[in-house]
Amino acid sequence: MIQPNDNYSIMVEDLTKRFGSFTAVDHISFEVKKGEIFGFLGANGAGKTTAMKMLCGLSKPTSGNALVAGFEVGKDNEGIKKNIGYMSQRFSLYEELKVWENMRLYAGIYGIPEKQIKERIELMLESLGFQNEINTFVKSLPVGWKQKLAFAVSIIHNPKIVFLDEPTGGVDPASRRQFWELIYQAADKGITVFVTTHYMDEAEYCNRISIMVDGKIAVIDKPQTLKMQYHGRNMDEVFRKLARNAVRS
Amino acid sequence: MIKVHNIYKKYSKIQALEDISFDVPRGEIFGIIGPDGAGKTSLFRILTTLILADSGNATIDELDLVKQYRLIRNRIGYMPGRFSLYQDLSVEENLSFYASIFGTTIEENARQIEDIYNQLLPFRKRRAGALSGGMKQKLALCCALIHKPKILFLDEPTTGVDPVSRNDFWNMLQRLQAEGLTILVSTSYMEEASLCDRIALIQNGRFLKVNTPENITKQYQRHLFAVSSDNMSLLLGDLRKHPFVTSSYAFGDVHHITVEFPDSSAKEFSQWALQIREFLMQCGHTNIFVSVISPSVEDCFMDLICLPQEQAVPASLSSVVNDD
Repeated sequence: MIQPNDNYSIMVEDLTKRFGSFTAVDHISFEVKKGEIFGFLGANGAGKTTAMKMLCGLSKPTSGNALVAGFEVGKDNEGIKKNIGYMSQRFSLYEELKVWENMRLYAGIYGIPEKQIKERIELMLESLGFQNEINTFVKSLPVGWKQKLAFAVSIIHNPKIVFLDEPTGGVDPASRRQFWELIYQAADKGITVFVTTHYMDEAEYCNRISIMVDGKIAVIDKPQTLKMQYHGRNMDEVFRKLARNAVRS
Repeated sequence: MIKVHNIYKKYSKIQALEDISFDVPRGEIFGIIGPDGAGKTSLFRILTTLILADSGNATIDELDLVKQYRLIRNRIGYMPGRFSLYQDLSVEENLSFYASIFGTTIEENARQIEDIYNQLLPFRKRRAGALSGGMKQKLALCCALIHKPKILFLDEPTTGVDPVSRNDFWNMLQRLQAEGLTILVSTSYMEEASLCDRIALIQNGRFLKVNTPENITKQYQRHLFAVSSDNMSLLLGDLRKHPFVTSSYAFGDVHHITVEFPDSSAKEFSQWALQIREFLMQCGHTNIFVSVISPSVEDCFMDLICLPQEQAVPASLSSVVNDD
């Protein structure tokens, strides 16, 4: 059991997931502070997705403990789901629904009281500058706009934490940067951001990052500190130094 | 090897491709660089004879794209953007299957794929669906190579792939190039552009530029600076308040800004850097660094996509001016 601590949104202790004889996540321990932008990096196959699924309450740990937004992973998954937002590059919005229909749907799914929904949607449209797109089908929005909308929808219920799984994959360089400005705005509002990315310049925008190698967390620190420690000019070099020796890939 | 003339493609209201023309000589790695939705996949599907263009024509290895599509299919290897091998077949079964489609066997082509196949050997009995991202990508490349194609079409082979595996993958491509293969590859990672012999920057179905990565960065017209201070988040907004700063974007641990000074002939770069520095000091920043930098392909791309549509070079024109 982990003692709850108000300064942390996520607390993880020896979290482990095995599939048969294969240990996908191998005794990882770390904390994420409230309001922090935390970058969760690692090579393909290092165990990031498995770890993230457990933290989102979608997969039961084999052993170990974790508290997410104060709820225990594996025991109170419904409590977790109500207090987190989730967005992935692969799937987030319904393409065949209009902009407002997507907002309405997610507002319902995230349990926003009926009376507040209209107001929330209007607020969101305004902050995104989407007032003229309210009846546009999501499939006809440019990719950069879709990402922004998907992100706004994922925090429509003011969650304590938002999990972003490769949110910027395939997005053009200008939209990618605008997206990060939205992430900063969310963090300024006190939402903790847990983000994965394969763009190493984006690792620099995180307050702290961890790099997973072969199911374990190899390092966890501020990007600046890691660059000094591993004598890398940028995070790309640090990542390569650490992940090059991975057994799994 | 690849000659493309004035290709257009429209899906109901959306113009997916507009007046696309370019040539790829034998043995070249030609990169199509652009974001999702720019038209990359449509172009690949047309050139691999899977869909028809509305107008325009092309030849692949001197074969007509429409009339001789069956012959073309034997000479090209295609790795689609989505993993499209059979998830329930093992690594070995997938390979044998693709070999048999082309009337060949794994053994006959062992040499062609040896390098990559060796890395897959420990997993040859594993179901393709249970492979990690990096391994799936290697298997897909193996399947695309199994019939000894002359030309490879790789549609975003590195999307969602970590930096180390991406690096390995590009090393593989360069080895294949050394063996004489012509490679058309698309990516949304700008840093991979510099690994291509020539690149086309694509946005909204149009080629913005076609050239070598070096020439594209040489043609960059703006004055570019890298800036950093102790508070990077505030810095971004403060830089945008400077009257001569035309754009300000985060680039890893620095911000890149473009600057347009009114009296551009009178001042040296270093003086401009000083002026920006002073401005930032007045904003209360500490530990300020301002330096003149040369642009990356990413800077060029961002400059091009920020232009209004009419100002972008028409695709037909840009392919004429490429100097190879």
